[in-house]
Amino acid sequence: MNRFAYEEARLVESESFVSRDRNVKIYDGDQKTEFEDGEVVLTTHRLFWGRPGEIARAAVTLCLPLSYVISLSEETTASNFFGRKTRIIMHLRPPSADKAPGPLDTSRAAHIKLSGKNGLSAEFHSALRETLNARVWTISLTSETIFRGPEASSEVSDKLARIQKRTGIGGIERHLEAKAKAADENIALAFQDLNVLMAMAKDMVGLSKNISSKIREQRGEISDDETVRFKSYLLSLGIDDPVTRDNFTSNTAYFNSLAQQICEMLLDPIEEHGGMMSLADVYCRVNRARGLELLSPEDLLHACERLSGPIKLRRFPSGAMVLQLESHDDELISIDTLEKVKAAESLAVEELAKQLGISLLLAKERLLVAERLGRVCRDESVEGLRFYPNLLLQRDID
Amino acid sequence: MRRRVGLGAIQQQKLAAEKYKDKGADLQESQLEQMTKQMEVFRNKLEEFAMKHKEDIRKNSQFRKQFQEMCAAIGVDPLATGKGFWSVLGMGDFYYELSVQVVEVCLAANHKTGGLMELDELRRRLIAARGQSAVHQEITKEDILMAAKKLIIFGNGFVVHKLGKGKYMVQSIPGELSMEETNILSAAANTETGYVTQNQLIKDLGWTEYRTKQALEKVLGEGLCWIDKQSDVEPSYWFPSLFPGRNAQIAAA
Repeated sequence: MNRFAYEEARLVESESFVSRDRNVKIYDGDQKTEFEDGEVVLTTHRLFWGRPGEIARAAVTLCLPLSYVISLSEETTASNFFGRKTRIIMHLRPPSADKAPGPLDTSRAAHIKLSGKNGLSAEFHSALRETLNARVWTISLTSETIFRGPEASSEVSDKLARIQKRTGIGGIERHLEAKAKAADENIALAFQDLNVLMAMAKDMVGLSKNISSKIREQRGEISDDETVRFKSYLLSLGIDDPVTRDNFTSNTAYFNSLAQQICEMLLDPIEEHGGMMSLADVYCRVNRARGLELLSPEDLLHACERLSGPIKLRRFPSGAMVLQLESHDDELISIDTLEKVKAAESLAVEELAKQLGISLLLAKERLLVAERLGRVCRDESVEGLRFYPNLLLQRDID
Repeated sequence: MRRRVGLGAIQQQKLAAEKYKDKGADLQESQLEQMTKQMEVFRNKLEEFAMKHKEDIRKNSQFRKQFQEMCAAIGVDPLATGKGFWSVLGMGDFYYELSVQVVEVCLAANHKTGGLMELDELRRRLIAARGQSAVHQEITKEDILMAAKKLIIFGNGFVVHKLGKGKYMVQSIPGELSMEETNILSAAANTETGYVTQNQLIKDLGWTEYRTKQALEKVLGEGLCWIDKQSDVEPSYWFPSLFPGRNAQIAAA
């Protein structure tokens, strides 16, 4: 119990939250203490104990650096009244000389126990076990090297001392080498297990971005594979909280929210694509942005059918479906097309297609829409189909 | 070392500078190598985790976001679950995942293919992008056809054409969005004669024969050009709107 120190419950740099549990009391050795009914918070580096609410306020609480922990064990107590529960026993190293003051100055016990009304939750228990295995705290303590058990550590620190003495190119080389090695081991550490990765996620995200930007700097691209580059690009446009079916009681509400999210997400890409995007394209982009929350083609289609905002679903006579900007609606299109026809006196389908940089089918469609709305009229001859301004309906009255 | 003056010193300095430069390049090279190695480790690990812990990752919204950021940085597919994994749960989601990847492969290559890709080529690219692991090799052409079928509800924007025995062509751009015919028109407009032939297009645009043939047939079908089969070599395609005489007339008017 004398290993605890009074500390503010704030995370330090590179420390991250791992797990928490409630209604926990601490035993000094086998003795009960006054520290009952508190909250424990486990971070990658330390264990905090506070009265309810204290930790949330970042008040001064009891704090045990995890580096004190030698090992864990557990004991199960059975009583007729309370039923069975499990206590965690943490075996500790002797307190260091420069330890900050804590609740107890001396203690004969070399272990503490954590216990709760119903024992500690299984999640907390396994999180504690894994955090201790991961030894994340050793990384920031010896920033350049990795702590690899007592025998290796002396060798490493010896080496470190020598490295620091040497300067010049050799020194730089060694420094880089050590840094790379640290990163290597960090990666290996983080990917031992999902819980450890979650605890170290922030650092790993930073490291992964760092690696890929360095590679991009020197080689231009992260991969020679076009698909991989495109994938990376699409994934980087991820959305924070994808709409999922589970959060809705009715299909209507689900599809409406989904439609809204799709609209927000695709407005810019569709504009970049000239105002139109095929639904297969949409399906791919939406799912990449959603990451692991896969959306079925059916759900996507249902959601798209409900789009009413600046983007709308459109079915071509050929059967192909696209999402298009509302500014592409018939009325506006026909006015725009008339402008183009007027400017050129007359236009054939292929001329409009070339002028606007769109497909022939689309150009034809635009002219036919304008024709249907009475803005242009056709001249069909052996030389093909041309469209002229419809003077019968639209002659300017001077 | 004693400081020296004169020509010898300058030369020596020069030499030293060059050596430093070499060393610098060396260092950069080895650093790049290390980074590449680390990225490889990252890729393998992320792939492995995406496969093993998918459900757990999905459940934790904060971590899910972080996981996606890592996948984006390294270029790992978070959806590359092995086929075997799904057999217990039904194959539906496997094909949905695959169809996302199929579209992605096509989109990434569209600027070169114009939206047409042979199934074998598609499969090769898809597997390469999914990752190194052996499970990805299990994906068959039939799987890809099945995945493409899931996209049929989007109308005929994404279609598989059967070309013959075991040969398929995947068309990923609907006619309305395809620039193929417009490109042919531009190519024709750039000729003095106002006509094009298949071989000429293959040469000028760097297209495959199949792609050229399909586009020409479409232009013909739309009634935008005339075919002239008199030549012994190959038919030529004429565009009335490009007749030089006509342009001259317009210019004169």
